[in-house]
Amino acid sequence: MVITSSTSRILRKVPRENAFYFFTSIGNYTGESAPSLEVFLEKIKEIDAKSLEFHLYRGDFERWIAGTLGDDELAGNIRDLKTMTPMGDALRDQLYFVVSKRYSKLREYAR
Amino acid sequence: MKIKDGAVILDELDWKILQALQENAKWTYKEIGRLLGVAHSTIYDRIGKMEKSGVIKRYTAILDLEKAGVKYVTAIMTIFTDPKESENVAKRLSELEEVLEVSTSLSEELMILAKVVAEDQEKLHSFIAQSVAPLQGVLRIRTSIVTRKYKEEEGVKNFVWSRED
Repeated sequence: MVITSSTSRILRKVPRENAFYFFTSIGNYTGESAPSLEVFLEKIKEIDAKSLEFHLYRGDFERWIAGTLGDDELAGNIRDLKTMTPMGDALRDQLYFVVSKRYSKLREYAR
Repeated sequence: MKIKDGAVILDELDWKILQALQENAKWTYKEIGRLLGVAHSTIYDRIGKMEKSGVIKRYTAILDLEKAGVKYVTAIMTIFTDPKESENVAKRLSELEEVLEVSTSLSEELMILAKVVAEDQEKLHSFIAQSVAPLQGVLRIRTSIVTRKYKEEEGVKNFVWSRED
């Protein structure tokens, strides 16, 4: 039961002001945003790799995932990803792998 | 100063008074009168009319924040918007205290130009990410951080008061 309620919290759609907004550098917004983990996962596939690099190394992804979605486990996995210093498409692939693995697990819990 | 069909018409003396005030709003009527070769009572009368009509909106102090020891960054945001939401975005931006100027511009796309200040780059980014990007109708944002300012003037320019009516 505990798992179900925290899972649905992590998988919920957050209000517009709490969505994740993708930037490529300070103040430069791409026009892409993610109001949920599901959309976040889709965006990883298509967003400019520069944006992924910008946010990963600032700690923005882990902050949003832990602080807004409430998923400390995924936030920790993303934090660990930084130690391998991936860039460009390698970063995209690794980030997608980490997030999709967690997302699939959460979807299973939610059933 | 005359008012014709509800519109204010300023003459050359009015413009010269405005230019003097913009140079130094603390000048007295007597000093401005001496500068322009006009009686101080005329200056008093003209300024009073321009204040009453709203031509002179207010008197303020222009600060040099760097000399006051305040660290800050200034940036110019170019905000591309959905044309249907552009006016709302401009209004919402105008309500934010970090935003100093807001104007609209039309080139290939409709956009809003806004001057913004923040304590540092990190706070600037947080402000844009949390308060500007989420506004309904914002399509994307380009931000340029000002590194050096060569000129900043808001005074009445020669092109205004020397024009021929």
